[in-house]
Amino acid sequence: MRYLPLTADDRRAMLAAIGVETVEDLFRDLPASARIQDPAAAFDLPDHQGEWEIEQALSALAGQNLSAATAPSFLGAGAYRHHTPAALDYLIQRGEFLTAYTPYQPEVSQGTLQALFEFQTQVAMITGMEVANASMYDGATACAEAAAMACRVTKRKKVLVSGSVHPHFAETTTTFLRYTDCEVEVLSPDVFGLEDLLGRLDDDLACVIVQTPGFFGPLKDYTTLAEAAHEYGALLVVATTEPLSLGLVTSPGEMGADIVVAEGQSLATPPGFGGPGVGLFATRSKYVRQMPGRLCGETVDVDGRRGWVLTLSTREQHIRREKATSNICTNSGLIALAFTIHMTLLGEAGFTGLAELNHARACAAADALGKVKGVRVLSQTFFNEFALSLPKPAEQVVEALAARGILGGVPASRFFPTYPELAEVLLVTVTEMNSDEQVAALVAALTEILA
Amino acid sequence: MSTSVTTLTGNRGLQVEEKLIFEQDQPGRTAVDLPAVEPYLDRLGGLRRRGAIGLPGLSEPQVVRHYTRLSQKNYGIDTGFYPLGSCTMKHNPRLNEKMARLPGLADIHPFQPESTVQGALKLMHQLAHWLKTLTGMPAVALSPAAGAHGELCGVMAIRAALEARGETRTKVLCPESAHGTNPATAALVGFEVESIPATADGRVDMAALKARLGPDVAAFMVTNPNTCGLFERDIIEISQAVHQVGAYVYMDGANYNAIVGRVRVADLGVDAMHINLHKTFSTPHGGGGPGSGPTVLSAALAPYAPVPYVVEQADGAFHLVEQVLEATASGQQPFGRMKGYHGQFGVFVRALSYMMAMGRDGLFQASGDAVLNANYLLARLSAALSPSFDGPVMHEALFDDRFLKDTGVTTLDFAKAMIDEGFHPMTMYFPLVVHGALLMEPTETESRESLDAFIEAVLGLAERAKAGDAEAFQQAPRLTPRRRLDETAAARRPVLRWTPAVE
Repeated sequence: MRYLPLTADDRRAMLAAIGVETVEDLFRDLPASARIQDPAAAFDLPDHQGEWEIEQALSALAGQNLSAATAPSFLGAGAYRHHTPAALDYLIQRGEFLTAYTPYQPEVSQGTLQALFEFQTQVAMITGMEVANASMYDGATACAEAAAMACRVTKRKKVLVSGSVHPHFAETTTTFLRYTDCEVEVLSPDVFGLEDLLGRLDDDLACVIVQTPGFFGPLKDYTTLAEAAHEYGALLVVATTEPLSLGLVTSPGEMGADIVVAEGQSLATPPGFGGPGVGLFATRSKYVRQMPGRLCGETVDVDGRRGWVLTLSTREQHIRREKATSNICTNSGLIALAFTIHMTLLGEAGFTGLAELNHARACAAADALGKVKGVRVLSQTFFNEFALSLPKPAEQVVEALAARGILGGVPASRFFPTYPELAEVLLVTVTEMNSDEQVAALVAALTEILA
Repeated sequence: MSTSVTTLTGNRGLQVEEKLIFEQDQPGRTAVDLPAVEPYLDRLGGLRRRGAIGLPGLSEPQVVRHYTRLSQKNYGIDTGFYPLGSCTMKHNPRLNEKMARLPGLADIHPFQPESTVQGALKLMHQLAHWLKTLTGMPAVALSPAAGAHGELCGVMAIRAALEARGETRTKVLCPESAHGTNPATAALVGFEVESIPATADGRVDMAALKARLGPDVAAFMVTNPNTCGLFERDIIEISQAVHQVGAYVYMDGANYNAIVGRVRVADLGVDAMHINLHKTFSTPHGGGGPGSGPTVLSAALAPYAPVPYVVEQADGAFHLVEQVLEATASGQQPFGRMKGYHGQFGVFVRALSYMMAMGRDGLFQASGDAVLNANYLLARLSAALSPSFDGPVMHEALFDDRFLKDTGVTTLDFAKAMIDEGFHPMTMYFPLVVHGALLMEPTETESRESLDAFIEAVLGLAERAKAGDAEAFQQAPRLTPRRRLDETAAARRPVLRWTPAVE
């Protein structure tokens, strides 16, 4: 078998060195009543297969999916499709990155560590914050950890989640805190960015969590909210699911956020059916010892040369056990590497330029879609995703578009089935990957379906 | 003894010093060419960013060279033997990478209409089938993102099940050898953690466990094989005792690689176990993730599994249950949602590709070879090192630092000396139950030649330590891009990002 180097001779010689007769003897601590001797009798599963057989089987499954590689895609709602430069996938597949463990032995992990230090710096820069960690699982779990951290920092127990926040972020946060003494209140979906958060602040609040751009698109200035929250002694947590927006829009840090969390997938990997992504987590320096997750820090070696190590690990589970700031261990290292490589390829000019391009294309597409009979653009402000109101249930329209080979958007009802007023709301994303021809095809198909 | 070779540049042959990207910045440089944007009316509502971000600009050749040089400062499984105990650093087949990059699996979106992603849902269903069949468990939650996240899933299901029974139990018991994630997870779910001592042979002290079990205990979390590399022989009796007081058994599956195909955990009385796909099922660790921690659940816990999950409908189509409300309508009682979207799908593809490659016969052979390799290390190293417990061991062999007594060499020194010999060190100082632990996990993907080379190096170093050459150990490593780093200074005055020099 191709992944197993031992030969029958090796096994015999090794058993002799150990002083047992058979490999089964080594399993003698397993309860005899439960021990399996014959896998063929025990499991209704296939035996081993060659490479091409697996390629054929998995390619057949892949073939049953409509991929954005062939179908125009306007899908977003937290997962975005951007072009990834060819160098990116080549670099992350270098075996020294791909097949390394967490950098616990810094002398043989300086590559991963330096990349993480650069990642942390880039994340802090684009969010407008002072420090960032080495990544979380994804944006939703980063959001949940931010809520828990706010409760630790403020020693309070109430978390308020705005209706602008991605429903999966809100649900994950609610679940994460479900069995703690913290309580989470999630407000109704906020399509237009008009909800009143100022009126809901009080002295018991640990944090208020908002999202920019909002789940339905709107961009909001949270400066006043930050100031008001701070007056009540609460923290402002700002989430984002599209970090490319930070290349064009005022950063949460400039608005006064205390913690910024984001899903970094859009700049790191294709949507990949939603995972793995990478959670970005940034905050103020004064809160660094309350942060969850790994941190890479600068130091020197015994020869005085600059180098990097994982640091402040007294916050973490392997040292602090039940008193740790989080139970997180493995995070999303390789996707963080993909994120940082893409950010490095883009640089200042590429990052801001790509953001501008996305916004310009989305504006043009919104104008074109708004002219389709019966369609209204609900988002007055947005980045690359906006909400449309349709004259029919959005779910039906999306199915009809899919039948025409177009992935036309995400119906809000997928997330909010109990809100009938959202049944006809469609989220549409336009990125640099959507050509003018694709937008024209969407407009034409929508016109036909709604006629 | 010279500590390092000095050159004019600081470079040493293939080891090239590499500045931070921020120190290579030239304004205006980019590695991406974008079309010009025509003038347009923006919809930013006055929130256009003012001022530069400060991101560095590099061209494509510079970026490729930067990360290539960084990669050369890393040790990976592709580089050599990586016997990091408890981490299962096995070969990562490249077929898995190729499969995960098929456009029909990578370039699909989590919120496409279900009718357009039947292949993806079927793939998740197939992965679930393999995991349920191998463990004998009736249900699996695929969405947990890593091992610790899977623990959280299992312990939350336990808490939900207890609440459904109308019971408040406050304690979770863990053996003292447990991974730090176990107590950290239990605390996140609102439980207090108590330690159960071990016996002299490195296993759970049954008498102590039974004495502590009672109506206040929610669960017993046990890693099996345990962190000393030993199988908990009494696991069935443990499960019975735990169930007798109405508590649940959480088995930490970090070390599942040793027993795949050898026993079904359902037959051991387990209620929940996470499976690290990035260990047992060969998906790459990537310098710290992403992982994936599907959690198998017993019939008692299955109703509380989180959303989302895939169901096969009567017409043969696959459906993803995403909303708690929909699940409750069909009689489930999910405790909620653990992460965004549908789980670590890209890791699922890789794990399934591996399982299909190995098959039931190959998986059985793999656990056999993993255990054989570990016992071979134990047998060949026992005379010179100090094994903490008698074998047979499972997938890993645990030594402590008694063999270094009076040599002036510590476990840390010994591990660093391994680096100069071309090996990644073993896990150091874990588990905490023995002094100066050296935990070695070879996995099944190492050849006998590779093990023999490692054994010769370890034996040679042990001899050198006993010969009194402590100085050489304390200077190690000498041949790495950086020598020992000052971790105390890093923690005392944390520098966690680059900042521009003040002019």
